[in-house]
Amino acid sequence: MKRILLSRAAKPMLFLLCLMPLVWLIYGAAFDKLGANPAEALIRGLGEWSLRLLCLTLAVTPLRIHLHRPQLARFRRMLGLFVFFYASLHLLAYGWLDMGLDLADIARDIAKRPFILVGFAAWLLLTPLAATSFNRAIRAVGARRWQMIHRLIYVIAGLALLHFFWMRSGKRDYAEVMVYGAIIGALLLERAWRAAIGRTAQRAQ
Amino acid sequence: MLIRTQDNGFFHPRASEITPHGVYRGRREALKWMATGTAGGALAAWASRQAHAQAARPGKGQALPRSASSVPGAMTMEKPTDYKDASTYNNFYEFGTDKSDPARYAHALKTTPWAVEVEGLVGKPGTFDLEQLLKLSPMEERIYRLRCVEGWSMVIPWVGYSLSELIKRVEPQGSAKYVEFVTLADKASMRGLRSGVLDWPYVEGLRLDEAMHPLTLLAFGMYGEVLPKQNGAPVRLVVPWKYGFKSVKSIVKIRFVEKEPRTAWNKAAANEYGFYSNVNPDVDHPRWSQATERRIGEDGLFARKRKTLLFNGYDAQVGQLYAGMDLRKNF
Repeated sequence: MKRILLSRAAKPMLFLLCLMPLVWLIYGAAFDKLGANPAEALIRGLGEWSLRLLCLTLAVTPLRIHLHRPQLARFRRMLGLFVFFYASLHLLAYGWLDMGLDLADIARDIAKRPFILVGFAAWLLLTPLAATSFNRAIRAVGARRWQMIHRLIYVIAGLALLHFFWMRSGKRDYAEVMVYGAIIGALLLERAWRAAIGRTAQRAQ
Repeated sequence: MLIRTQDNGFFHPRASEITPHGVYRGRREALKWMATGTAGGALAAWASRQAHAQAARPGKGQALPRSASSVPGAMTMEKPTDYKDASTYNNFYEFGTDKSDPARYAHALKTTPWAVEVEGLVGKPGTFDLEQLLKLSPMEERIYRLRCVEGWSMVIPWVGYSLSELIKRVEPQGSAKYVEFVTLADKASMRGLRSGVLDWPYVEGLRLDEAMHPLTLLAFGMYGEVLPKQNGAPVRLVVPWKYGFKSVKSIVKIRFVEKEPRTAWNKAAANEYGFYSNVNPDVDHPRWSQATERRIGEDGLFARKRKTLLFNGYDAQVGQLYAGMDLRKNF
């Protein structure tokens, strides 16, 4: 296992794996495999994959610690950047397919629909994370500040969930929202629990 | 002498005065053939083609003989949506909330025997079985626009007759102001009922004058065939100027009442889904705009959405029903 995780092929493999949903969506759009409303299928598909990759990104650290696999840390940045990648495509697909790239219309829509505003805010908060994901940027901002910036991911996860919840509330269908909510909730609770233990350990010293 | 007129030929008091696109194209084709001298042989083919024009069926269900409707506004010239899209992309929450669920799970629905109970404030209440309903009035084909509250639309050739035909026979009393429609809620065949998404059974309602309007259709088929189960077999309502969720599927009971019925979506979210729910581009849903719509299968992926029309384009026929009403309040 350790050999696989540390192998040179691991990152390129993960990269290709993360591109698969996009390849499928493009293939589906080109060959009419996305059902009666391909625009909707594309926008939703990209949004769902942003959320799934966000869950994966948040899972890296807990898995690394509890499975005693420090090698997993290698993949966190790439997964995080894929969240930004899919979220950006999600936003672009909405702006293009739904709004015809009419900026005035988009601005009106963002103001009109709180769930769009929340989704947009989540994307906006992702940009500084993506922008400071390179080694040079990390050095430039300093480790402490970098960590502060990247704690925004917890806010982003909350906003993304709220965005999904509000979208589904139109259909009053919360089953999937609860699944994602449970996953993200568990991943955040794990962190809170570790932080609490860390504090008591510090005090004991 | 040149007679001047304001009329540029584009405005018609009744939609029925407009020559359907297919017929108009057909005439042009025929004229072309005559002009090129191939008319003799071709005319026979053209005539038979006209006879076949209506008979193009998807071949998925039993044929339902019908004639073109003469009700004003009932035959839009727009291109009907592909049968495949119309029968695989729709909402029928009794089978699940995803728009692909009805086509996937509605096969479990048992449509025979079927009966519709008519009760409440009527002179002649009773139970109509499906056979009686099918024979009650001549079947008409009606090509209606359908606008879903979610922002997409289709054009569907329905088969049925005006609901008013049934209403007249049961003789509503003077106190009957509204009509309530109750649909099937069968736990054994409808897997969607397991979820508490809505308060089952799904109930809808119309004001009596809306229900009596000739465009309000009691439909038994679409695309020349009996309704597929996922589209509300064996008998459903189609109210083309209202959002699709008003057009209830698989009806089991029609009640005539004095007070405005509490409808399923209104109960679920009263501030979002009003009793009237007329298609109106100027009255937005609280959470999204209703100004535009995406025509399924027609508009390309990168095409701009088309503008939604007041009363879904049936203003000329139904606008007077709402004269003097504040449509923002009575949304």
